Parts: sequence; C-alpha cells; structure tokens
Amino acid sequence: IARIPPMFGGAATSGAVAPTDPSLAPHQQNGPAQSQMQVPSGYGLHHQNYIASSGHYSQGPGKMTSLPLDSQCDDYYSGLYAVPTQNVMPPSTANQQAGAQQIYGRGPPAPHLVGSTPGSFQGAASSASHLHTSASQPYSSFVNHYSSPATYSANSSIASQGFPSTCGHYATSAVSNAAYPSVSYPSLPAGDPYGQMFTSPNAPTVRPVKDHPFSGQNTAIGHPLPLPPPPSQQHHQQQSLSGYNTSSWSPSGLPVSATNPTSTDSSSSAVPPNVHLPKSSPVVSTAVSGAPSSRMPPTAHHPVEPVTSVTQPSDLLQQKGMQYGEYVNNQASSAPTPLSSASDDEEEEEEDEEAGVDSSSTTSSASPMPNSYEALEGGSYPDVLSSSASSPAPDPAPEPDPAPVPAPATPQPSKMAKPFGYGYPALQPGYQNATTPLHSGVQPSGSVYSGFQQCPQQYPGVSQLSSSLGGLSLQSSPQPESLRPVNLTQERNILPTAPVWAPVPNLNLDLKKLNCSPDSFRCTLTNIPQTQALLNKAKLPLGLLLHPFRDLTQLPVITSNTIVRCRSCRTYINPFVSFIDQRRWKCNLCYRVNDVPEEFMYNPLTRSYGEPHKRPEVQNSTVEFIASSDYMLRPPQPAVYLFVLDVSHNAVEAGYLTILCQSLLENLDKLPGDSRTRIGFVTFDSTIHFYNLQEGLSQPQMLIVSDIDDVFLPTPDSLLVNLYESKELIRDLLNALPNMFTNTRETHSALGPALQAAFKLMSPTGGRVSVFQTQLPSLGAGLLQSREDPNQRSSTKVVQHLGPATDFYKKLALDCSGQQTAVDLFLLSSQYSDLASLACMSKYSAGCIYYYPSFHCIHNPSQAEKLQKDLKRYLTRKIGFEAVMRIRCTKGLSMHTFHGNFFVRSTDLLSLANINPDAGFAVQLSIEESLTDTSLVCFQTALLYTSSKGERRIRVHTLCLPVVSSLADVYAGVDVQAAICLLANMAVDRSVSSSLSDARDALVNAVVDSLSAYGSTISNFQHSALIAPNSLKLFPLYVLALLKQKAFRTGTSTRLDDRVYAMCQIKSQPLVHLMKMIHPNLYRIDRLTDEGAIHVNDRVVPQPPLQKLSAEKLTREGAFLMDCGSVFYIWIGKGCENNFIEDVLGCPNFASIPQKMTHLPELDTLSSERTRSFITWLRDSRPLSPVLHVVKDESPAKTEFFQHLIEDRTEAAFSYYEFLLHIQQQICK
Amino acid sequence: MEAVVFVFSLLDCCALIFLSVYFIITLSDLECDYINARSCCSKLNKWVIPELIGHTIVAVLMLISLHWFIFLLNLPVATWNIYRFIMVPSGNMGVFDPTEIHNRGQLKSHMKEAMIKLGFHLLCFFMYLYSMILALIND
Repeated sequence: IARIPPMFGGAATSGAVAPTDPSLAPHQQNGPAQSQMQVPSGYGLHHQNYIASSGHYSQGPGKMTSLPLDSQCDDYYSGLYAVPTQNVMPPSTANQQAGAQQIYGRGPPAPHLVGSTPGSFQGAASSASHLHTSASQPYSSFVNHYSSPATYSANSSIASQGFPSTCGHYATSAVSNAAYPSVSYPSLPAGDPYGQMFTSPNAPTVRPVKDHPFSGQNTAIGHPLPLPPPPSQQHHQQQSLSGYNTSSWSPSGLPVSATNPTSTDSSSSAVPPNVHLPKSSPVVSTAVSGAPSSRMPPTAHHPVEPVTSVTQPSDLLQQKGMQYGEYVNNQASSAPTPLSSASDDEEEEEEDEEAGVDSSSTTSSASPMPNSYEALEGGSYPDVLSSSASSPAPDPAPEPDPAPVPAPATPQPSKMAKPFGYGYPALQPGYQNATTPLHSGVQPSGSVYSGFQQCPQQYPGVSQLSSSLGGLSLQSSPQPESLRPVNLTQERNILPTAPVWAPVPNLNLDLKKLNCSPDSFRCTLTNIPQTQALLNKAKLPLGLLLHPFRDLTQLPVITSNTIVRCRSCRTYINPFVSFIDQRRWKCNLCYRVNDVPEEFMYNPLTRSYGEPHKRPEVQNSTVEFIASSDYMLRPPQPAVYLFVLDVSHNAVEAGYLTILCQSLLENLDKLPGDSRTRIGFVTFDSTIHFYNLQEGLSQPQMLIVSDIDDVFLPTPDSLLVNLYESKELIRDLLNALPNMFTNTRETHSALGPALQAAFKLMSPTGGRVSVFQTQLPSLGAGLLQSREDPNQRSSTKVVQHLGPATDFYKKLALDCSGQQTAVDLFLLSSQYSDLASLACMSKYSAGCIYYYPSFHCIHNPSQAEKLQKDLKRYLTRKIGFEAVMRIRCTKGLSMHTFHGNFFVRSTDLLSLANINPDAGFAVQLSIEESLTDTSLVCFQTALLYTSSKGERRIRVHTLCLPVVSSLADVYAGVDVQAAICLLANMAVDRSVSSSLSDARDALVNAVVDSLSAYGSTISNFQHSALIAPNSLKLFPLYVLALLKQKAFRTGTSTRLDDRVYAMCQIKSQPLVHLMKMIHPNLYRIDRLTDEGAIHVNDRVVPQPPLQKLSAEKLTREGAFLMDCGSVFYIWIGKGCENNFIEDVLGCPNFASIPQKMTHLPELDTLSSERTRSFITWLRDSRPLSPVLHVVKDESPAKTEFFQHLIEDRTEAAFSYYEFLLHIQQQICK
Repeated sequence: MEAVVFVFSLLDCCALIFLSVYFIITLSDLECDYINARSCCSKLNKWVIPELIGHTIVAVLMLISLHWFIFLLNLPVATWNIYRFIMVPSGNMGVFDPTEIHNRGQLKSHMKEAMIKLGFHLLCFFMYLYSMILALIND
C-alpha cells in the first residue's frame, strides 16, 4: 500500500485538510502558530468531526464488520502492534468515515483526502443514523437484518414466533413515529406502562416507557454540519498547547464539562416546547426545559479538550517547585509558544517510519557497538566522582538536593521531592508543605539544568566505575541503616510511628532525581542482584509493582511528530539513555546506538537547537506522548458505556437500582468522553430487555428477548445511543427504571445470555460493560450451582472452589478482550454467588470487580453508601480504551509471570480493553543472563491507550536501578512492602492452582528462607536470636498480616465469596491500597494535637503516630481510628472521656452512641475539627472513599474491628511473638 | 496378523510424530509472537484428544497382541496424557489455557513435553518399523 507520510508536514497538511472542513479555517488564520499547531489542530479538527462521525458509529455492525480490522480478533491482535506497513488502512476503508480520514490525514494519498468532502461523507456514509432522517429508517434496516435468511431463518422457533410479531410491532411504532403528534399509546396508562409487560413473553415486545408529546425535536438535533468554532476555541487550544509540558491532569474529574452543557445550550436551535412528563419528577422536567436539545453543541467541548485537560496554572506549578520553573517563565513571556512540533516542515520521512509500531518482527539487527562505549570511557567527567561519592550516603536530610523540598499537598510524595534516604527519618517527607516557603518558584533552576546536562553523559562514566558501585560505597561508608541488624524477638516496637516509605534506589543524585516515582513503579529489590544465583541465595522475590495509569498531578504531555524510540527494541527515549554525541544516543535496554532525529534536536521549551538531552522526554521518567496514526489500527474508538442490570426479584428487593440510577443521573454529564460518547442499557431476569433510546423517539422503548438460548439484538443500531443526542430519553429511562420492576416475581437470572448480548452489542466499537448482579446466574449459558458448604467456612484444612466452575466467563472475557470490551462486575449479593466463577469475566477482560456482601439499600445503609461513593468514582474517573501495555527491561532480565486483570497476549504484551486509574499490576522477573557488564538496569512500561476524548496516547514510565554483586547489598535494598505485595499475588496464584495451605506454607517459608539466608551472611550470627536486616524487619509482621488476611486465613469463619474477593483485590489493587488492606493503620484520635501537624489547603491536619495492631495499645479511655483502606473503624473505649464523645460524636455519653453510626457530625469544636480534618485527609488520599464505622467497645460489630489486630493471638492463629518463635524454630531446624 | 498390527501402529505413530511436530511449531510460533495465545491454544486443544486416543489405541493394541515390552514402554506416556487431560481445572479452556500459558514458564514446559514426546514417538517409529519388517519376513 502506498503511503506518503513525509509530504504532509505542517502547512501542507492543514492546507490539504482545509477544504474538507470549514471549521479549520480559523486555525489557518492563526499566523505565527500555524505550522506549529499542526498536530493539535488535526486533533481539534478530528474533534469537531466526531459529531459527524458518530453517525458512522451508531450505524453499528453493518458497517463496522466491513472493516477488515473487526472481522477477526486475530487480525486485531497481530495488528495493534503491527509493523508499519500493516498500519495504513486501505484507502477504501479510510474513505468510509470522516474520523479515519482525519486521523490518517498524513497517511493515505491525497486523492482520498480530497474525495471525502463533508458533503460526500454525509451524503453517502451515514444517512441512516444522521438524525434528521426519518425514524422509520432504523426499523427498516432492522427488518432487513432479520429477514436475511442466512442468519435467522434457520431457527424455526424464532422465525415462527418472534418474527411476525416483531415486524408488526416495529411497523406500528415506525408509523406512529412518523406521525409525531399521534405517538401516544392510549391503551397504556402512562403512569404504569409495565403492568402488562409480561403478557406475551415469547414475542419481542415494544412498549413505550412513557408518553411524551413530541414536536420539532429533530430539527434541533439534526444539524449535520459541525458548527464553526467560536473564536475562543483557538485561544483555548493555544493555551493548552503552551502549557502542555507543565501540565497536570486534574484528578477531580471533568468539572468543566459538567458545567458546560447548560451554559451552552442556548446556542442550539429550535427548542421544542417544554414538555410535561406525566411521570417524571419536577426536577427532571425543569432539566428538560433547560436542556431541551439533547445534543451537546461542539463548543461545549473545547474547554475539555484533551490537551487542555492536563494543563495546570503556572502559578500552581511554581508553588510546586518543579524543575520546570524556567519553562514556566518562558511561557509567561511568550504565551502561545507551542511545543515540540515546531519543526514539522523540516521533518524527514525516515523518522516517520521509525515512529512506527511495536513489532516483534522487526528485523533490524541489534548491534550494541562496544567500540563507542569504550571510546566514551576515555572522556573525563569531573563530576562523576564527586556525585557518585555523595550519592550513596544514606543521608535523610534534604541538604544534598539542590532544590528545596517541594512537597505537594497530596500525601503522595512527588517524584522530585525525595528528601529521605534509606531510613525512615523523623522528618516526614511530603509533609513539609506547611514549612516550605513558596520560594521554590525562584529556585535556582539553572543548577538543576546543569546537572541534567551532565547527567546523560555521566551514565557511561558511572558504569565505568565498576559494577559494584553500590558495594564500594557501602563499604566505604559505615554500615547503612537498612543493613543494621535487628533482633526481632527483642525489638518490642517494630512498627515505625510514621508511615513506611519506599526505599530510594542507591543511585547517584541526578539519576535519583530523575527516577520514576515509587507510587507508579516499584521493584521488590532496589538493588538488583547480578546473577540468578545471587538472587536464589537471597531467597527474595524479584518483581515489579506497577500502577501505570494512576491519577497524576504533574504529567508532561508531549506532542511530537516523531516519538523517538530505539530501532531494535522499540524502547522509548528516557532519562537513562546516554547521548554519545549530539547526533546519537544509546539505548539503555539493548545498548543499540540510535540516531537522534532532526526534530529532537530542537527543544521547544527553551527554543534552542542542539540540546537533545534537555527535551522533556529526557528530563522526566514519566511522560505521556500523543501518538500519531502509526499507533492506531482503527480510528480511536468513542467512549461507549453499557450497563447490564439484574432486575430479578432479588435485585429489586435489594434496591440497588435506585442508587445506580440516581448516581448515573447525577454523573451523566461527567462521564468521560467526547461528543461521540455512547451509552446503552440492558436489563435481565429470565429474559433480556433492551432499551431503544434512539433520539427521535418520544420515549424509551423496551424490547424483550425471551429466547435466551440464542440471543439476538432486536435493533442493533439504536440500543447504544449517543449520550448527548438522546440525553432526554436516557434521563427518562433512568427515572423510570427503579420503579419499573417493583412487582416482578421473576427470581431467575440469565446472566450468561445477557452478557452474550452485551458482547454482541459492544463488539463493533469496544468500550466498557458494567454488570450488576445480585445472585447466582440460574438460567441459560453460564449458569452456576452453589458450591459453598457453610460448614466448611472455618475449616482449617482444605478450602475448595477457589477456582472457577466453568470456562464460560473466561471465554466470554477473552472474546470481549479481543473486541476491546472490558466487563466490570458489581456483585451485590446477600448469599453465595460464586464470585470465583463470575470474577473471570472481569479478570481476563481487564475490568474491575466490586463486591458488596449482604447489600440492601435500607437494611444495610453503610453498604449502600459505599456503593454510592464507589459509583461516583467509578463513573467519573479517567478511563482509557483499547489499551495495551508492554513492559520492557534491560537485556538479561526477563519477565515470566504477570498479575492483575488483563490478558497476556504475547510474552510481554498485556492486552487491556480498558485501563482505569485504580488498577495495579505485578510482574515477576528472573535473571536470565548475568548482569556483570552493566551497573544499571532499567525497566520501562509503555501504556498505549485511547483517551476518552478519542486521542491515542502513550504513557511511559521508566525506572532505573543499580546492580549489585554482594548479598549484603541485595538485602540493603529490599523494598519490603513491594515484596509483600508480590508475595501476596504469588500466594493467590498458588492457592488457586494448588491449595490454600500450600500458599500459606509458601508465605511462611518465604520469611524463613530469607531470614535464614540473611543469618548465614552475617559473621557474628547467634543461633539464639532471630536477626533481620533493618530493611526486612517488617517482613515477618507483614507475612503474619497476610496469613490473617481474609484471603488466606484459616480457622476463622470466612465466606467463600469474601475470600475470593479479597484475592481478586490482591491481584488488582495497586501497592498503596493493597498495603492498607494487608496491614491497616491504627491511630489514637482522642488526643489529637497540632504537634507535627501539616497544612493542606488551609486546613491543619494532625499527624498522630501509628500504633501497632495489638489490643495492648487499645485503652478503655481512648478512641482509635483504624484505616483499612476501603473502610475506617473508629473504636470507642468504654471509659472514653465524655468530652471527646460530646465534642466529636455529638452524643452526651458513651451509652447514647448509636449502634450504626457512619458519619461524624460537623461540630464546631476543636477536637471535632481536628478529627474530621484528619479523616478527610486520609480519605482524600485514595480514590474510593471508605465508609466509616463507629464501633463501640461492647457492640457486636467490634469483632470486625478486632480481627484486624493482627499482632494478637486468635484461637486459630499465632500472635506476632509466637510467629517469630515459630520462624526461629524453623530456621534452626 | 502381527504384520497388520505393526503396520497400523506404524501409521498411527507417524500421525503422532506429525502431531508432535505441529505442537512444537505452534508453541514456538507463540514464543516468537507470530500468533496470539488465544488462537494457539484453541488450535492445540483441538488435537489433545486425538493425540490421546491415537496413543491409547496403540497401547491397547500392544496389550491385546501381547507385546509386553512395547506396551510397558507406551504405558507411562499414555498415562501421562490421560492424567493431564483429566486434571484440567474446571475453569480452564483445556490443557492449553490462553490465560495461563504465558505464566510461570508454562510455555517452556509445554515445549519440553512436546519435544520429549517427539523423541519418544521417533523411537517407537523405528521399533514398529523393525517389528513390522520382522513380522513380514516371518510371514
């Protein structure tokens, strides 16, 4: 296929594209910024065209299947990371839709660009769904679809029963739709349209949900041409561009988009008269009058354009004292300076080729040129010695940092602010916001840059120093804190009073500063052993813990035509590469020497030429690239959300529908997505109900499919509808849904068929399916039997049925994953629902799992509140579609096992249909070749995803770690939290594949082996004492905590679903949250003081010390807060002072505290304020807002609290001290 | 009669050799990332039962025709095949599961297994060939 990439640079592209869309014209008048804005303006253009191209998407399978990409999942698999030649869409498909045309603007030959003018596109491509055409069109297509003999005539039962009536129904509805005023269904009372719903269950039925007079709406909506952007748009884009490198993603969702629809509604034309809905609440009817046109005008989207969404006001940035201080100033002086695409015109074609796609079939030979490596060593680097000498000093004080410590307001320490060394200094990192003066904005950024200048060149120098850099330094300095031997049995207070932070790799200062934040990327061993033999000797697990898509406050986004990557291993350029000279760089993973492309020589931030090592890609270990069309196999998909809801008797009884619909109504405008966003609903009990929400209808239509053995989609085109075009119908449906099934007597649940239907519905586009299930599926494919024996819940022997009972859900998940669809499961059950089987649908499709045991919206208000809060986060959080993640590591290391929710498509490629910011991953590593000839190893994860705004983006994290040759150094660098999380993941695998007792034994053995291996390394080893290095001193405690965790505990009554859910969480939670789940934090809160308090957003947040998890710390006179990650407990002792109870809980005395208290009242007292600000601060640090339980000392709920006191003895498990003795015994054996 | 037994065994063995080679090729394709795990596993799982049946038939045939040595030689491999087939967890999609094949070095162990089987079948092939010729001469 011919491809002409190079000829459309900058002006050429915009010139060629301009005739196709009038809305681009303003860009071209943009004078100085014109050529520089080329890539973003392409996106802007694309953006406006989404409105038009949504027609294509809603056309559904008919068209999509004609694309070669969708015909087979195999194709898609091989192609997503295909070789460049596969990348180009055939011209014919590119011509099919505007989206493709724009995206591949630089790809296909010019005639196609010219050929697909707006007129031809709208005329030819999407007349059917283009809104202003008659409503009967979809129905006729439906009839055609079903009368095709190939599909359904074979099935006689359907043909005889279903079809005639279907057609009849559709015919009537089509007719009535054509005559708008007569759309009312007089036979059906509007208030109760569902009374007769099940009278003819064998035939698909069409019923209106609501009577809804209707006039003139189609003129309001059927406005096919994209509106020309208002002048403010360019302004926005420029601003966003100029701010891109200093940008940050605001974690508070998309507030702008929330406010815009109402404010811009007036711009849409032809408002239909206010319609009074008989059934809807007053709130809704006003909403209807305020927002009569359900389609969002394009203007509403500009403020939330992708690039804008990551901007951050520069003054905020200055406060943060990031290294971009200088850049910020530059931008202030020349605001509209765009970023890296300034040299588009000079771009060479070879780079375009290189920007290609990951491919394992790349044939270029990797030739690590040893000569140049050697040659470099001749150079003198005066700074090397000094910096490397200072680097290993485990100095906790921040003084070696040239920059003052800029602590962010959030509790996660920013990657720049790492004042802590190996130990756990009294000075709490990240807490210094209050004391740090704001002068960090005027920090000597020059010094930082001079450091960076040398940094890349230092790398070879450092490696020259000998591979045992860490070892040398460790010997020269007195024994580092992390190696201080600790006698575990004699150390009474092993738990530090401040939270445990990740150890900092023992690198030189510059690399340390550049290294990836431990919140996103952690390794269990921060000193990588040189050989597998050494690793085996240390008996510690080696692996990575990833949180790649976490909400970041500061993320450089790079818009560049050329994404610079290694030619042989496809590694993205990162801060740890070395520049051999101005023109060449050496890959740090495979050691191949690559050319620096011309475009990369120009630094758009400083607007200087010839300083490639100052580019943001080389200055940040976490960057995000906006990918070109080379990284797409098909046009970026729109955000598509499908809700599959259980409406059987059980579900209605539990009452989750009210909460869900309410949450959805509230957050409908905040759903991430652009104007193409689509949404659909499917409900099921023993039949499957679809909802036709095609805009133009007067009310949602319910279509019932009762043939669950062979599910079909009644109207494939109109079940997933554009959110903005059909918003009114969606609101109607959401208002009606909770009451629609109140009188149902259907107890069966046909989950499997509903999922199959969902898969069929989603497969043309991909997206997210949210399944709400309340019981065991009992009908159709994928039905499950109860496997739990309640008498075995507290058995100490064998726990069975941890694995799935059927492969149905796994197969379905893999099918979904192949079609870029993720399935998220919300299980709200009161009895056993076989989560072990159901969870498979999310596990392998990269979904997420939420479980609410004994959910009931009235009887269990805390669960209801939790669901509400979780839903808010779930619906509004960032989302990435059709994602793949590849993890690369330095030659010699290899990955062998992955943990998390995904499908491993090939050896190092994880297929993630969706990626969400709360997903964590773990990878086990092994050392295949000796690493003796290198002193540093690097790991890189690249997450390629489609943002909800339809942009292809690549988020790259790079972690650099030193290699050591001595066992002591390996122990010095253990990251005990990461090791525990990896062990927990491995133990889950073990308990499913083998047995729970095996997994428990393996956990104990991990402690025994590592401590005995350490004991044999120290010379003065006393057999009587249990010695651990300081870095490992918490290891036994954490393992004990794991053994008492719900997932692995025995002897205590644990329901099977609870256990399986805990296992699912271990597999999919990121490290920070997992650690709280394993080892909760306990604080005493009745005597909070301002001592050591930190200031966050003008609030004083007290910092009480951590208490160890033992009843010995609980006093009757106190009140304690336990932070278990997803739940908070406040335990009130019997003798707690009445002052505290009055001031904080608002009750006069202990006896009057209610049994179920889940909120702290807002009282105007000092202690209440302190307590609340502390709890709020803890809450803000995590995505899912935890539920608070106030537990009185005598209430039955206190067992919930006490089971988390893991240092204490229970009837079935050791206390901490006993556990230590047990380990000691095992070691001595 | 004996010749017929060995002719049949020889043909069966040929088929098993081809099958082993096919397994090796497919697995190495997966290793090199030429095909994805899903299609690889569905391809291989299709042939697990034919392989099992083919091998069991030979073993039973040898037992019936009272060739004790060859039967005992075949017994461990046939048992392993059956054991492996029976022990597949209920949630897995067959002996080869696409979600697990990349984990814990499963791919390598499958590869090793296919290699060993190939060697074993080659050995058997020559043994059957020899026995067949011997039987034909004796006839």
